[in-house]
Amino acid sequence: MLRYIGRRLLESIPVMFIIITGTFFMQRFVPGGPFTAEKAVTPEVERNLEAYYHLNDPLWKQYADYLWDLTPKRFHPLALAGGFDLKEAFGIDFRPSFKYPNRTVNEIIAEKLPVSLELGMLSLGVALAVGLPLGILAAVKRNSWIDYVCSSVAMTGICVPTFVLGPLLVLGFAIHLGWFNASGWYGPIDRVLPSVTLGSVYAAYIARLARGGFLEVLGQDYIRTARAKGAGETRVIFRHAMRGGLLPVVSFLGPAVAGILTGSFVIETIFQIPGLGREFVNSAFNRDYTLILGTVILYAGFIIALNLVVDVVQVWMNPKLKFE
Amino acid sequence: MKSRSALLFLAATALAAAAGPPQVLRVGNYGEPQDLDPQVVTGVPEHRILMSLFEGLVTEDPHDLHPIPGLAESWDISPDGLTYTFHLRANLTWSNGDPITAGDFLDSYKRMLTPSFAAEYAYLLYNFVQGAAEYYQGKLTDFSKVGFKAPDTRTLVVTLKSPTPYLLKIIACHYAWDAVPTRVIAKFGSLDQKETRWTRPGNIVSSGPFMLKAWTQNQKIVVERNPYYWDAAGVKLDGIEFYPTEDQPTEERMFRAGELDTTYELPRAKVAVYREKDPTELRIDPWLGIYYYRFNVTRPPVNDKRVRKALALAIDRDSLLRNVTRGGEQPAYAVSYPGDAGYAPTAQLQGGVAEAQRLLAEAGFPGGKGFPRTEVLYNTHEMHRQIAEAIQAMWRKNLGIEVGLVNQEWKVYLDTQHDTHDFQIERAGWIADYPDPNVFLEIWETKNGNNDTLWGNAEYDRLLHAALAAKDDTARYAIYQKMDAILVDECPVMPIFYYTSVYLVSNRVRGWWPTLLDDHPWKYVYLEN
Repeated sequence: MLRYIGRRLLESIPVMFIIITGTFFMQRFVPGGPFTAEKAVTPEVERNLEAYYHLNDPLWKQYADYLWDLTPKRFHPLALAGGFDLKEAFGIDFRPSFKYPNRTVNEIIAEKLPVSLELGMLSLGVALAVGLPLGILAAVKRNSWIDYVCSSVAMTGICVPTFVLGPLLVLGFAIHLGWFNASGWYGPIDRVLPSVTLGSVYAAYIARLARGGFLEVLGQDYIRTARAKGAGETRVIFRHAMRGGLLPVVSFLGPAVAGILTGSFVIETIFQIPGLGREFVNSAFNRDYTLILGTVILYAGFIIALNLVVDVVQVWMNPKLKFE
Repeated sequence: MKSRSALLFLAATALAAAAGPPQVLRVGNYGEPQDLDPQVVTGVPEHRILMSLFEGLVTEDPHDLHPIPGLAESWDISPDGLTYTFHLRANLTWSNGDPITAGDFLDSYKRMLTPSFAAEYAYLLYNFVQGAAEYYQGKLTDFSKVGFKAPDTRTLVVTLKSPTPYLLKIIACHYAWDAVPTRVIAKFGSLDQKETRWTRPGNIVSSGPFMLKAWTQNQKIVVERNPYYWDAAGVKLDGIEFYPTEDQPTEERMFRAGELDTTYELPRAKVAVYREKDPTELRIDPWLGIYYYRFNVTRPPVNDKRVRKALALAIDRDSLLRNVTRGGEQPAYAVSYPGDAGYAPTAQLQGGVAEAQRLLAEAGFPGGKGFPRTEVLYNTHEMHRQIAEAIQAMWRKNLGIEVGLVNQEWKVYLDTQHDTHDFQIERAGWIADYPDPNVFLEIWETKNGNNDTLWGNAEYDRLLHAALAAKDDTARYAIYQKMDAILVDECPVMPIFYYTSVYLVSNRVRGWWPTLLDDHPWKYVYLEN
């Protein structure tokens, strides 16, 4: 297994390289730049801005300079302790943002990523806590009214978009009942509505996938054997069927976690949360070259890592699969 | 001097304490500011926050924005209009106790004009001040030759290239002329670096009614009263909290939940509800801006001014404003804004649909027959789409022509507007930076960077320059009337409506008056329960 993981990590290096190169050049070919604004930049100002940001260097040189800035040049991992400064620790310089000139991309990510991660993990928790029981219940009580109710709830969750559910929850629980703030991310209570909103969509998918997975597993021979040997229903579900039934959920979780982290843009906008999802999207609108690259590199890294984790977990859970 | 500031500090604190619970205004402020350095930023949310932290030589009157003494208590203008001498108040201090001197202004302007610093709003200095443009381009390296002098610590002398009747308005309404604490900035890095940490709480030092207390990115910015401000006793609020509420519906929900005292905007769909249920908190104020369609006068069929005028006349502006925009806007039949610093254009688009049809027939397209393929470009936005669709329908009905609609993402659209000019008709808007009719007229000069119609008129340009040399506003405005007449006749742009600011203000807020720039100087605002 370790050899497998090592090989996958090595394979990811050329992938990252291609992603960085592709993004770097694609973003330059899009019309408009970081300083394109309604009030036109005068030629004198434009000249000075381009000199300041080295935008008038030949493009290959800008690319080479950027790659050099990204290359690790030293090894002081302890420097990470104070503020996760990659430049201090490894000499990796993501440079300042174009839109927020007095903040480096590193700083923006270090401040906002933990927020998005927290939102993502809480939403995932909500999704699993609501989706799994719904799905398992629906599978076990298949074709009964319980099944129909659970499946309908799941279908509603899939169909209602977050930008409808979110404001509705705020209207009901924050404005009319006054139990929560209408927006913000200040205290633990502010985590509730956003996690519930974001989690509900994924809860719905997890419920349907769990239902499908469990239905397939519960029809297998070894389950009949377990029942014939006298195992109670709870034991059958939790001890025998769980691993197989959760397989489709696990394969879904990889892209789902990536989706929760990047798709949090909508939730962050509705609830005014200082997360990275908004920067990820807005940086493209702002043509903020350095921030685009920083967030793309980060998310590419996540997706690569998550896919690896999912693959490893799947092999661990399903004895029929093996590492190749 | 220090003991006097201490006395003022005590007086301010005592006053504040006597007033009861802390007066903190919570403001919805659209987006996270780029920075809080007046020489780096360009946007309106930044401007609102900077109004609390820094004060200029002159500042805005809270009722009608005319320039009133700020850090300068008085000023003299030479008879030829080229030399401004500002007299700073005595005992001015930064919020760290350091004195504010004329030398600080000199150092600030030097930083703003330093080529390697690349300040985007430097043109608000170098368009007017002698030698500044050459210094900014690196052609002049001796800053003492630029038209800024500080003969003593309380006197600043500014020498201009040519008379600029609206200069004081720019200084009052825009942060580009504010002094920055260069000695403090120098502690955090080189003066020509934009990415230093000098604007962080604890580092930043201000000259205005408030100081920065806290800044959590994308959450809130908190400012508290500045006891070192020269008029600290006149500041009523104890603090302001700015919330970056980019999403309009979210901001409205926050207001309803009692989390905000003022909002930046209001979703148009909610205007009717508020008018009915909560009219005192709804504000619809005239805003100094114009919404128009720009023609590329080199492209057929809009290269013919009769076609342009026909298009401009054939729409029902009242219906558009009543049914589509629904924000209390006023229809525009001229490019200049009526009531802008006492100027109102007399030349107006006149004639209506009958005249439009006649003009179109005269241009060779009677009843719309043979009208070539034409497209209107707008930036992707729900409101612009609705307006464009309404206008498309009006042109179809009134002129018999079929016009296509194209939308592009914001920066792609701007690139088309400024660089490629690959459009026939495009939607545009122009918001004034300061209240003067020059703002709406100077952009139509031949080859002006914001013209983008590729239209030029030698007489118009001549009048524009003559206006700047006019001996007083009456003479200047008389020239502007002629320029407006040319714009109505040639029609390089089709004015549609004048903007309004639509937003919410809590019933507790006082000292808040409607102004044309939607500027509400913070030192006059307070809360009452």
